[in-house]
Amino acid sequence: MLGALTTLLIYQLIGEVLVQMLALPIPGPVIGMMLLFLSLWVKGGIPAALHDTANGILQHLSLLFVPAGVGVMVHFARVSGEWLPILVAVFVSTALAIAVSALTMQALMRGGSPRGDGK
Amino acid sequence: MIPGRIADIWVYLAASPLLGLTITLLAYQGAYWLYQRASFNPLLNPVLLAVIMLVAALKFTDTQYQTYFDGAQFVHFLLGPATVALAVPLYAQFDKLRALLLPLGVALLAGSLTAIVSAVGIAWLLGAGETTLLSLAPKSVTAPIAMGIAEKIGGIPSLTAVLVIMTGVSGAMMAKYVLDALRVKDLGVRGFAVGVASHGIGTARAFQVSEEAGAFAGLGMGLNGLLTAILMPLMLALWRWF
Repeated sequence: MLGALTTLLIYQLIGEVLVQMLALPIPGPVIGMMLLFLSLWVKGGIPAALHDTANGILQHLSLLFVPAGVGVMVHFARVSGEWLPILVAVFVSTALAIAVSALTMQALMRGGSPRGDGK
Repeated sequence: MIPGRIADIWVYLAASPLLGLTITLLAYQGAYWLYQRASFNPLLNPVLLAVIMLVAALKFTDTQYQTYFDGAQFVHFLLGPATVALAVPLYAQFDKLRALLLPLGVALLAGSLTAIVSAVGIAWLLGAGETTLLSLAPKSVTAPIAMGIAEKIGGIPSLTAVLVIMTGVSGAMMAKYVLDALRVKDLGVRGFAVGVASHGIGTARAFQVSEEAGAFAGLGMGLNGLLTAILMPLMLALWRWF
C-alpha cells in the first residue's frame, strides 16, 4: 500500500515536472496517468498492491471534490446574482452532453454484440 | 466549563488544520451513509450533501473558507494521485477500449462540443455576463484543466472551479435518468458519456455502479480534458474573428 502510494506520487511528480519543462496546457496528474498507463502496458499487467491501492482511492473519489465544492461560498454573490442562467446552463448542457455522447457512441457501435444490464 | 475556556479552545482549534480536515471527513461520511441508506439514489449525491452541510457549518461559526481550506487541503491534495490512479482501471479495460477507438473518438468530439456550445449559448440567452460565460465554457472538464483554461481565456478560475463542481454533481444526479430514458444499456457507453459530460464527480458515480462504467468514465474525463484544452482557445479565436 505504501509502495503503491509512492508509485502514484512519483508518476504525478514526473507529470508535474514534464508540464513545467515543456509548458504543456495539461495538468501534471493527467500526464502522470498517461505515463502510468504506458508503464502498465509495457509491463503487461497490474501489480496486486497497485490494483488495491488505486481502487481504494477511487472508491472514495467523490470525497476529494468536497473541499473545492465548499468554495461555492466565496462566489455566493455572483452565483446568486446570475443563478438562473448558471443553473439552467449547467443542468441542461450537462444532460445534453451526456445524451449526445451516449447516442453517438451507441450509433457507431451498432453491429457489435449488445452488453450490459443498465445501472 | 466556563465560556471563556471554550472560546480559548475554539480559537486554538480554528487556527489548526485539524478541524477543517476532520469536519470534511465527518460531513462526507454522514452524506455517504445517507446515500447508502437510500440505495445509492443519484439525487442524494454525497458531494452535494457534504458541501451543503459544510457551508452551513462554516456560515454558522463565521469561519472563512481559507481557514477551512488550510485543513481540507489534505483531502484536496489526493485528487492528484487519484487522477494518476485512473490508469489502473483504464488498463484493466484496455482490450475493450482498443476495439472501440472510432466510436469513442467521435462520441468524445460530439459530447465535448455539445457541452461547451450549449452551456455558453444557454447562459448567454438568459443574460449572463461575459466573465460568467468565459468561466462557464470549460465547465465539463476536470477542475485543474478547467481552471487553467478559464485563466487563459479571461474567466475567473475559482468561479470555474465552482461551476465545474456543479456540473459534476448535476451529471452524477441526472445521468441515470437521461440514459434510461434514451434506453442506453451498455455500461461502457453509459460510463463514457458521464465522464465526458461531468468529469471526476460523474466518474466517481460511475465507479459506484460498476468498475467497467468507471473505467470508461475515467477515460472520457481524461480525453475531454485534453480535447477541451486544445479546442477552447481555438473556438474563442474563431468567435472573436467573426
